[in-house]
Amino acid sequence: MLRDKLKPGERTLLNKIHIDGWLLTVLILLMAVGLVTIYAAGGKDIGLIQRQGIRLGVAMIAMFVVAQVPIGAFRRSSIYFYVIGLAMLVAVLFIGTVGKGAQRWLDLGFMQFQPSEVMKLAVPMMIAWYISRHTLPPKTLHIFAGFVLVITPTLLIAKQPDLGTSLLIASSGFFALFLAGMSWKLITTIGVLGSGFAPVLWIFLMRDYQKQRVLTFLNPESDPLGSGYHIIQSKIAIGSGGVEGKGWLQGTQSQLEFLPERHTDFIFAVFSEEFGFYGVIGLLLIYAAIVARGMIIAVRAQDAFSKILAGSITLTFFVYVFVNMGMVSGILPVVGVPLPLVSYGGTSMVTLLAGFGILMAISTQKRMLLRE
Amino acid sequence: MVFKRISIRDHTAEANLFARRTFIALLVIAAMIFTLLSNLYYLQIERHEDYQTRSNGNRIKVLPVAPNRGLIYDRNGVVLAENRPVYSLKVIPEETEELETTLTLLSELLDITEEEIADFQKEFRSTRRFKPVTLRNQLNEQDVALFSAHQHKFKGVSIDARLTRYYPYAESLTHMLGYVAKINKRDLQKLTEAGFEDNYAATYDIGKLGIEKYHENLLHGQVGYQEVEVNSQGRAIRTLSFTPPVPGQDIVLNIDVNLQMAAQKALDGKRGAVVVMDSRDGGVLSLYSNPSYDPNLFVNGISSKNYNALLQSKDRPLINRATQGQYPPASTIKPHMALLALDEEVIQPDTTIRDNGSFQLRNSSHKWRDWRKWGHRNADDKNRINVTDAIKQSCDIFFYDVAYKLGIDRISAKMFEFGFGEHTGVDLYEESAAIMPDRGWKRANKNLPWYPGDTVIIGIGQSYWTTTPLQLAQSVSTLANRGTRYVPQIIRGNMIEGRQLVFEPKELRPVEVKNPENWDVVLNGMYSVVNEKQGTALNAFKDANYVSAGKTGTAQLFQIAQDEKYDKENVSDRLRDNAMYVGYAPYDNPEIVIAVALENAGSGAATPVARQVMDFYFRDQPALIAQEVESTDLASR
Repeated sequence: MLRDKLKPGERTLLNKIHIDGWLLTVLILLMAVGLVTIYAAGGKDIGLIQRQGIRLGVAMIAMFVVAQVPIGAFRRSSIYFYVIGLAMLVAVLFIGTVGKGAQRWLDLGFMQFQPSEVMKLAVPMMIAWYISRHTLPPKTLHIFAGFVLVITPTLLIAKQPDLGTSLLIASSGFFALFLAGMSWKLITTIGVLGSGFAPVLWIFLMRDYQKQRVLTFLNPESDPLGSGYHIIQSKIAIGSGGVEGKGWLQGTQSQLEFLPERHTDFIFAVFSEEFGFYGVIGLLLIYAAIVARGMIIAVRAQDAFSKILAGSITLTFFVYVFVNMGMVSGILPVVGVPLPLVSYGGTSMVTLLAGFGILMAISTQKRMLLRE
Repeated sequence: MVFKRISIRDHTAEANLFARRTFIALLVIAAMIFTLLSNLYYLQIERHEDYQTRSNGNRIKVLPVAPNRGLIYDRNGVVLAENRPVYSLKVIPEETEELETTLTLLSELLDITEEEIADFQKEFRSTRRFKPVTLRNQLNEQDVALFSAHQHKFKGVSIDARLTRYYPYAESLTHMLGYVAKINKRDLQKLTEAGFEDNYAATYDIGKLGIEKYHENLLHGQVGYQEVEVNSQGRAIRTLSFTPPVPGQDIVLNIDVNLQMAAQKALDGKRGAVVVMDSRDGGVLSLYSNPSYDPNLFVNGISSKNYNALLQSKDRPLINRATQGQYPPASTIKPHMALLALDEEVIQPDTTIRDNGSFQLRNSSHKWRDWRKWGHRNADDKNRINVTDAIKQSCDIFFYDVAYKLGIDRISAKMFEFGFGEHTGVDLYEESAAIMPDRGWKRANKNLPWYPGDTVIIGIGQSYWTTTPLQLAQSVSTLANRGTRYVPQIIRGNMIEGRQLVFEPKELRPVEVKNPENWDVVLNGMYSVVNEKQGTALNAFKDANYVSAGKTGTAQLFQIAQDEKYDKENVSDRLRDNAMYVGYAPYDNPEIVIAVALENAGSGAATPVARQVMDFYFRDQPALIAQEVESTDLASR
């Protein structure tokens, strides 16, 4: 039956170079929306567009390269990635360079490197590999082992501090375990334990500025010119956009610089102000299309490792979107998570597209496997 | 074998499990998207208007625009108060590349003193961020040119031009015209109480004295508004709309600036005041108080050194002697007293008394002297004097007698009618009501009953009785008008497109008499003062080219003991007699009234001053005008 669907004659050029046409189309559409919005948010600075374009290009190349890697290689290298990544996170703790009040980077001499980016892919790979070694659903013992594998890097990153990234890594691991079939009983137990952990997090792990963000989130109007300023101005931008938006380059909140972090973390506010509720629906449709395609790839994948990995990467991507839009529109506290592939700036872009490279590898290579 | 090992894993079951989990995940995602969308729907549609308003509140600022202050002209269209551009150097510290360097470079370029920099730093500390701070208030044209040439080197530094008041006649008009100065906290509080703070939002100066203060409402105008779009730093990006301000009204005064300067010249070196009023409508032609000071000093903030000098001067230049100076009217009110006595039939026009140089009440040993030791008598009578001659020669004994017979109640009642003891209603806030004493006043202020002796010296305008020169002028105008009274008005009207719109004169309740012929007796007395032999002002008005009437006065400030002689040389300068003069002209068809008060000038000193001012009005000014007409005729020919 499957064989009927995948006749040799149907092997397209894209398939040969391991590119998923659907995914590529929607990703390019999203990047275009991103560039258009950055142009408006960055005060019509063509230099910004050029730099972002170069970054996107580099990331696309990374995606193509990753897409060519055989899935077996991912599986075999998972543990090495994970161990090296963990080692680097520990190294950051001791010899990392400090920037913006956080210790996140390793100085490699020729460039600054952020080990947490490696972990964004290494953690789901590691979990997918570890869990798929045994039959699914995984045994409770394996789930617990999985949790240890997830929580260790999460805590190390939270310590830097980088709440946004640690959150994303924790979710990627959790999604892998969830998709693998972790029992509902366990999910409930962990949910209860998790809420019990919240006060511990508040008292021992969160920095003052992080606590301030949460407090501000709960009541931004308490300090409208200080810590609440970001979120208030962001909500004004979104709300004043209305149904149809103020029009491209016409958003007063962004053009007159009332909105902070316009072209980076808060770019969604610029988009909402200028393109309105219709634009927002359109943007969410693009993201939904990417997620849908990712999940289709996951479901269609041939082995458990590929399924878990593809599903985890896709769901984590959506968490990015949800956390960013949620914080910009005021339903989540402000954590530094960019709007994927739209926000200006780079480190995470390569990781993101490398993730989509893995998805493309999974999407195209299974067919070759079948054909043999 | 291999196949079998794989078959241990139930791939279908695993795939189904995975598919189920994926389905659940997709449901959760759908729920999350729904959450996001509902929130965005709430923000963008439900609360759109609210956020739209807040967005506009962010970007739209309404900037008030100050109206131009109305100009002030004299009755002949001469500008007395004008608006001139003044340039100040402003720095927005947050916009400079480096404040210290900028200040150093500016100091080198414009010779800015350390004191100015210290003032700047002080102002800077109390100024909001991104708001300009003044470095130098008045730049001269050279500074402006110099800075303009180097402006490109100074980021965040600019020249701010605004209009400020300038008084070309400087100290000639100060007490009457007043001045404007920077709105201070107290002004602001008053404006707020009156509900005017919005109208003054952009205004820098406010009238502080004189006409500038009294007619502030006419002169100020209506604030305008400029609606601008600003960025988050408050910098204006573009103008959205503009409602121009309505400039203040140009006003015309009754003042004749040439006559005013003649009065200034006549008072040169003296302490005193001259008031000239138009008896026909109450218009104030001249109101000068000496010594004066330059009002321009106050406009841009007077230095504390200069201010203290004015404040502490023994000559008290800040006082407007014409309206605030309280002088005993002395003999200048004898005509008023005579009118009352005639009207009350205490005397008849031909009633005579005997003047031996002193006056005594029955049962009292106290003697009131006449200023002339041997007394007064009519030219054709060896012993006695009537009312006309009593006015002409300024006989004290006659008026002691008359006042005693009238009694204080009738006197003060009538004198109130003339306006004594009350504000004249002139358009100046700096006015004193002075004192017209009566029984109640003495009880309230001295806690003593009224004694008959008090009434006696009231007859010659002394004791507690004080008047301002303006009150005297108004009262003499009432005499000259045979009872018709006007409020002295400095403002004449508006100037609209170069043409004067003259306001109506303000008439007051007239002074009424039972027998109108009594006016003639009194005015004839005043005529004789200036024009007849033995008249106290005859010499001073010799050969005048107009016929005037008047009355002299000398107020004693130094109480001499009984039987003691007033020794001019031994009395300290500040206790010498005040000299007063009131008059009007022409006698048969009164046009102008004059009142002169000179402090410690000695008897008779005020009369030549009055002559000099009246000469200017009736002789010099017409001659000047004739000359001008001739020269323009020549030029046009």
